[in-house]
Amino acid sequence: MNAITPEIVAEHGLSPEEYERVLRIMGGEPNLTELGIFSVMWSEHCSYKSSKVWLKKLPTSAPWVICGPGENAGVIDIGDGKACVFKMESHNHPSFIEPYQGAATGVGGILRDVFTMGARPVANMNALRFGAPDHPKTRHLVGGVVSGIGGYGNCMGIPTVGGEVNFDPSYNGNILVNAMTVGVADADRIFYSAAAGIGNAVVYVGSKTGRDGIHGATMASAEFDDASEDKRPTVQVGDPFTEKLLLEACLELMATDAIIAIQDMGAAGLTSSSVEMSDKGGVGIEFDLDRVPMRENGMTPYEIMLSESQERMLMVLKPGREDMARAIFEKWELDFAIIGRVTDTNRLVLKWHGETVCDIPVPPLVAEAPEYERPWVRPEPPASLSAEDALAGIDIAPLDALRTLMADPDLCSRRWVWEQYDHMVMGDTVQRPGGDAAVVRVHGTKRGLAITTDCTPRYCVADPIEGGRQAVAEAWRNLTAAGATPLAVTDNMNFGNPERPEIMGQFAGCIEGMAEACTALDFPVVSGNVSLYNETNGAGILPTPAIGGVGLIDDIGTDMASPGFAAEGETILAIGETAGHLGRSLFLRAIGGRDEGAPPSVDLAAERRNGDLVRTLIRSGSVSACHDVSDGGLLVAVAEMALAGGMGAEIDAPDGPAPLLARLFGEDQGRYVVTAADPVAVRA
Amino acid sequence: MKSAVIVFPGSNCDRDVQVALRDSAGSEPIMHWHGDANLPDVDLIVVPGGFSYGDYLRSGAMAAHSPVMREVVARANAGVPVLGICNGFQILTEAGLLPGVLMRNAGLKFLCRDVDLRVECTDTVFTRDYIEGQIIRIPIAHNEGNYFADDETLMRLEGERRIAFRYCDAEGNVTAAANPNGSAHNIAGILNEARNVLGMMPHPERLAEAALGGTDGRPMFDGLVEALADAA
Repeated sequence: MNAITPEIVAEHGLSPEEYERVLRIMGGEPNLTELGIFSVMWSEHCSYKSSKVWLKKLPTSAPWVICGPGENAGVIDIGDGKACVFKMESHNHPSFIEPYQGAATGVGGILRDVFTMGARPVANMNALRFGAPDHPKTRHLVGGVVSGIGGYGNCMGIPTVGGEVNFDPSYNGNILVNAMTVGVADADRIFYSAAAGIGNAVVYVGSKTGRDGIHGATMASAEFDDASEDKRPTVQVGDPFTEKLLLEACLELMATDAIIAIQDMGAAGLTSSSVEMSDKGGVGIEFDLDRVPMRENGMTPYEIMLSESQERMLMVLKPGREDMARAIFEKWELDFAIIGRVTDTNRLVLKWHGETVCDIPVPPLVAEAPEYERPWVRPEPPASLSAEDALAGIDIAPLDALRTLMADPDLCSRRWVWEQYDHMVMGDTVQRPGGDAAVVRVHGTKRGLAITTDCTPRYCVADPIEGGRQAVAEAWRNLTAAGATPLAVTDNMNFGNPERPEIMGQFAGCIEGMAEACTALDFPVVSGNVSLYNETNGAGILPTPAIGGVGLIDDIGTDMASPGFAAEGETILAIGETAGHLGRSLFLRAIGGRDEGAPPSVDLAAERRNGDLVRTLIRSGSVSACHDVSDGGLLVAVAEMALAGGMGAEIDAPDGPAPLLARLFGEDQGRYVVTAADPVAVRA
Repeated sequence: MKSAVIVFPGSNCDRDVQVALRDSAGSEPIMHWHGDANLPDVDLIVVPGGFSYGDYLRSGAMAAHSPVMREVVARANAGVPVLGICNGFQILTEAGLLPGVLMRNAGLKFLCRDVDLRVECTDTVFTRDYIEGQIIRIPIAHNEGNYFADDETLMRLEGERRIAFRYCDAEGNVTAAANPNGSAHNIAGILNEARNVLGMMPHPERLAEAALGGTDGRPMFDGLVEALADAA
């Protein structure tokens, strides 16, 4: 038996106080396997110990929410007996260490979260953030991440329909790879993870278990330092072909009545899946680890429980359905093994070569997981910057400024990226990448799901509350611009080290702003993920609460809009107030070389009013093209519409007291540009 | 028209082509699992796109040895029309029904975009509803679409007018700039000698409906239905 020394405890990322808690729960010293299980379950990645108190502040309910946060993914009602299942999740740390596999397995993981709940995935999105374009690692990371995302999604045959790519030096040592999957299920056929039925078989399906990814969750819960390259073996290797088979086999089995509970093996693999299933079901689970399909010989119980090998699922089946289920998985050439039973002990018991090698009471392992109210400080609100001050020393013709902005790495065409993603497979992509929101038709119907991801980290760092509000509002706006009714969001909270009060202050502020906006816009959070410790040698990333929004279009034939100009001679109109706010704008950064001032504020009442008007105009057929105004302001929005439609435009800047450049490039919120054949009808 | 779509482990455009066939034919195609060598009597066999066997080893190499493929080859040799799209084209070359190979794209990247194609011949059941020289726009989505064959084979394909589609620009000029993947002679699709087997990298099933942004793929399926309506 290994004696557990303080060094071993520290290597497992547990603090001395946390280890005291382990000793109390176990009633004595744990063995190494038990310690490993506590370690991953109590890692930041799995336990949300620093963020839980804050996440509770987000609104999570609405009449159309079927399942909010806490399951594998959120579920909302989209009518006609259908539900939309979606979530976004980060794979930041692994993608920095090994970009192709890190990004690929990020996609694989989020796909499993969605089809575990009974949904067929219909679209992938991603929110990517890289370091400075001229940083020596950026090119390698961008290339690897993009081909990894494509490599996985393309092979699965799930279209990757859009996302965002941004650059900032703060991500030089910590890139962000946030992957989102949207699926469609029958609303009355959603699958959950609570185990039930004492004596029922617990079944392992999918790939075999290897030594890859051991302690991946712990790695993802620590800062990087110069030795992080040595962590490459903790990155998993993806096999999208096996996942495609797993998807089809699971959906085939889900069409029967055999499954009581199902949970994918993601972070912390067999450990977190079994603990979650038994905890939610209020039961125990006993495994015979000798029966786990293994890729290599000589694996220990510790390795088997902590492996993060991909493309695996755990299920509890109804008695008597085992043979039928086995036949389905064998047809798809996947492993199928009954590795244990549901028990009435509330304990996780592991047998190995006939001996008990682990015996942990599950309720305290989950309920007594550490939860911290970390100290935080509210950041100083930045001094606001008037348009006159912002423009001091700037003398540039508007169209020259436009040329510079359109070539900015944060605004230029992303075609190079999305052409590497199959964005048309499944035959339902009715709005392709490059617009405000992607739209995927609900197969066999006239309905469309509009999907977007948004966040403006340069706003969040200046004023986290305003930045949190803006991220939600922009997602809502992008869905609206496509004609959709925004329904719900998933969030991916990417921040630095939560043990630093200023980082927790950013987190708290972003949550506050998001909560306000979600409440005001009836746009609840139904799922999400938190990624902390995005720091290298003490330098953190910009606070990045990425928002994935989903909305519904009742009839893609009549209620949908796209950004490209539709016909020559139409009138171009701006909706929303143009005040000329240049603080934290792309114009100020790209032309003035300054990232200063307060970000634009979001007036949530005006946001709602303008959005509701735009949606009404789209549905009544009064406008023919629609685009929201965001990075780069009004002139950039018009230029993007012209490029998308293959036409030119002649515009007058909106009237106002602000200088011309401020009115053209200011980033005032809550605005849209629309075109109309009959502008009088729109103004009415 | 009775048609069958062969489904391999890793096929992922099977449903897309099922929808296109259903829309044109008004009846459901048979979705036939690769492991079942007993292929029903059908008028058309479609080998769909995707990543059969994950494209591991070499695109299409493993699927070409699936139990059903012996039967597909026999039917093709007996004159039954066989359409291979994308991974299906790769499988048909690996199965020996079509000459040449599909190598990795010259740009070394997966590429998904609409391309312009010039219809090179219309004397086949697949292309009868197009006009010779017509420029059609349908998407590609592949990593290995770079058609290669030795010079003698290429000369034969040219001489026997077995090139069905070529990548071209919007005006129909067959140029290097319009070639997305480095294919020899800008080849996007070829026929076998008897002209009843077509392999093509672009996906006609993906633009066969206006809601998806175009209908240039639709005549292929409509033409097949017309040609095969009265077949056995």
